[in-house]
Amino acid sequence: MTDIVMNSSPRPTDHNQDRAAKASDAVKRGLKKRYAAERRFKAYGITAIAIAMGFIAILFGTIISNGLPAFSETVIKLEIDVSEEIIDPTKERDPAVIRAANYRKLVFDDFRALFPDVTARRDKRDLTKILSSGATFEIQRLVTEDPGLIGKTIILEVPVAADFDLYNKGVISRDVGEDDRRLKDKQLDWFDALVEKGMIETRFNTTFFTHADSRDPELSGILGAAAGTFFTMLVTLMLSFPIAVAAAVYLEEFAPKNKLTQIIEVNINNLAAVPSIVFGLLGLAMFISFFGLPRSAPLVGGMVLALMTMPTIIIASRAALKAVPPSIREAALGLGASKMQVVGQHVLPLAMPGILTGTIIGMAQALGETAPLLMIGMVAFIVDVPGSITDPATVLPVQVFLWADSPERAFVARTSAAIMVLLGFLVFMNALAVLLRKKFERRW
Amino acid sequence: MSFYLVLIALIGLTVTGYYLGRSRAIKSVDGNARILHSRPHYYGYFVALWCGLPAILVLAVWTTMQTPIVESIIQSSLPASVTSDDPAQLSLIMNDIRNLASGNITSGEITSDLRETADRFNSLVAIGDLARFGVILSIAIAAIAFFRSRITPSFRARNRVERILLVLLIISSTIAVLTTVGIVMSLVFESLRFFEKVSPAEFLFGLEWSPQTALRADQVGSSGAFGAIPLFAGTLLISFLAMCIAGPVGLLSAIYMAEYAPTKVRNTVKPLLEILAGIPTVVYGFFAALTVAPLMRDTGLDLGLVISSESALAAGIVMGIMIIPFVSSLSDDVINAVPQSLREGSYGLGATKSETIKRVILPAALPGIVGAFMLAISRAIGETMIVVMAAGLGANLTANPFEAVTTVTVQIVTLLVGDQEFDSAKTLAAFALGLVLFCVTLCLNIIALTVVNKYREQYD
Repeated sequence: MTDIVMNSSPRPTDHNQDRAAKASDAVKRGLKKRYAAERRFKAYGITAIAIAMGFIAILFGTIISNGLPAFSETVIKLEIDVSEEIIDPTKERDPAVIRAANYRKLVFDDFRALFPDVTARRDKRDLTKILSSGATFEIQRLVTEDPGLIGKTIILEVPVAADFDLYNKGVISRDVGEDDRRLKDKQLDWFDALVEKGMIETRFNTTFFTHADSRDPELSGILGAAAGTFFTMLVTLMLSFPIAVAAAVYLEEFAPKNKLTQIIEVNINNLAAVPSIVFGLLGLAMFISFFGLPRSAPLVGGMVLALMTMPTIIIASRAALKAVPPSIREAALGLGASKMQVVGQHVLPLAMPGILTGTIIGMAQALGETAPLLMIGMVAFIVDVPGSITDPATVLPVQVFLWADSPERAFVARTSAAIMVLLGFLVFMNALAVLLRKKFERRW
Repeated sequence: MSFYLVLIALIGLTVTGYYLGRSRAIKSVDGNARILHSRPHYYGYFVALWCGLPAILVLAVWTTMQTPIVESIIQSSLPASVTSDDPAQLSLIMNDIRNLASGNITSGEITSDLRETADRFNSLVAIGDLARFGVILSIAIAAIAFFRSRITPSFRARNRVERILLVLLIISSTIAVLTTVGIVMSLVFESLRFFEKVSPAEFLFGLEWSPQTALRADQVGSSGAFGAIPLFAGTLLISFLAMCIAGPVGLLSAIYMAEYAPTKVRNTVKPLLEILAGIPTVVYGFFAALTVAPLMRDTGLDLGLVISSESALAAGIVMGIMIIPFVSSLSDDVINAVPQSLREGSYGLGATKSETIKRVILPAALPGIVGAFMLAISRAIGETMIVVMAAGLGANLTANPFEAVTTVTVQIVTLLVGDQEFDSAKTLAAFALGLVLFCVTLCLNIIALTVVNKYREQYD
């Protein structure tokens, strides 16, 4: 503007056109650069997303490719002659005698008989290492349950030791020098001989789903951890759902707007962002050392996780309650319902899908949580399947942690398989939440 | 008389109370329910609530108190020769008694005295259980009888029931506050006990961390140094590396999704990114320890670098992946909250999309983005499993991402996992670390939430 005013030229329009042409030239010259910048910037965004997606793909790829082998197991079919001389020389069928018999000898003798030319003491020991220690327990279980088997020949299908399982699946190969692997060439030869005889089979790994933890990879499973998870989640759900919904209802529907309710609100928001390990410290100091509740128990684990998930559920429930339009409340109040009746009979049922979605998401968080449970002693090595909320137990994520720390190579596959099971549960829960939201959510 | 039996009996009585109250109300008006002040089921709820609630409260208190009381009775009955000895001996014997009573194996051989005490323990527990059963049920029955007798046609049952429910709702909403109070109290009290042994200045500013406390006076490495600076430095280093990944990737993908992506892409990418937030952290830890750390080490070897197999880099990268969705979804919200008019104004002046984003939207959204980053940092500082599984244990004061460092959360876990005496400086140090962690994350959260809220108000 000022330019024009100060311009004393007799043909201002011409001059302006000139300037405009110059400016548009400048713009045109810059355009190429600017468009290139535009494309570059867009490419950065796409790259960022591609990187994130790449991470997801690598993560899942590694877990699945590591974990798939654990879903099959290598078993050996052994023909075992349950000789009365070894099991019950007294022939009185005294259960105590039967239980204490030397089943090891029984299994080992029959197994060694397959390789008559192995005579050296050391070779014999190496040979029996093909068998899992579970073979002895399995036959002991069978015979003590049914003493009628004594004197008969039974066919036993038992897992082979974990290293041979890996060899059979091709994870351990002969290409590696003998000194660099745990199996000797001789052992591999014997194993190949067994394969040729058709005694080795690969089948779906039922052990993994029917056993609790064990020091022997081939005998370890997730049943114990799954049961522990079930009990822990049960306690968490029973505590956090009612309390969180009640708190949300009070804060959203009844609470007067004053300092106190404001403090509660700020508190809940901050509690949702407190690191989970701090909740573990709370559980250790309060529940275990102050109240003297049992260590390692799903009861305490559930209580800690309940405190942790409560803020999530409260926040989701409040959002769901807020979404119910005031007209519903007004209509009910107009018909003479009390405030409590309005909430209990109209608002809460309408908000329920949203509340349940929030609860499932909160429970999914709790299901994957590990750190606070380490604090309250749920990391113990537990071989029994827990039967109640006060038994020592561990949960799936902690089982993953324990196995990931084990030095045996066979546990890598087990760990990945346990992760796949855990992720399976999480996917199921999240899908349920999405379904619930899609099916029942109402837009007013 | 197990706990569950009492509970089932109590539930049964509560249901009975409901029907008794309801029938009494109906009977009091000869079946003409319209004369009643409230609808009949409110009279039932009234009796049931008063029957169940006090009894369940007593049950909970009794159950938590019973074992400590029985143990103190047993302890006082032990001969003076045992109790006068050191407390460790006493706790060992109490443990043996407890184990023997529940049929577990004991530490030493079972003497007849021990056996007798264990039997006495069991009989005391049995008496306690029986008494609990009796007391709870009589409280419940007495409550039914008393509150049922108060029912008259003009009794305001609905108002009473609603008041009880309201009180229950209020109690529930204070649980969140109680949790915070519990966290603060347990952290502060244990930390105070720690600071009796180690001075706060030494803890906060000391450069050496080796929490081994000596069992014997002349033990090697018994120094027990509690200087937490190396832990803070390690935590910051890993969080910084994590933000180096999550910051650009999260922010750029948020910008792309908010400004460029067609709806279809957005609808598929957003949930996919959120998958990353839903994966349990122990899975990331396993991934870091098993895949990323060896990969880093091998790449380092090829390049002639020495990268520790527990390097801060591996833990930092994986943690960065974990917090990408936090950064991206929070930034996405913030960018979407920038008013459309600002964009249109910029386009009207001839700016390209990227210029608009860089010069208009990002400056406008900056406070919100800063808030999002702060929340992500607080998440990274408090993250435990990834670092426990992939970072080192040795306190190493370094800024080199290829070396192993340890973090606050790793130390808390290592100090507290396993059986520990609860009053050693080693155990208490974990609570002091927890207190620092809690304070830092709380401050970050409060500041971030305030910033984000202020920012939202600005455009509302």
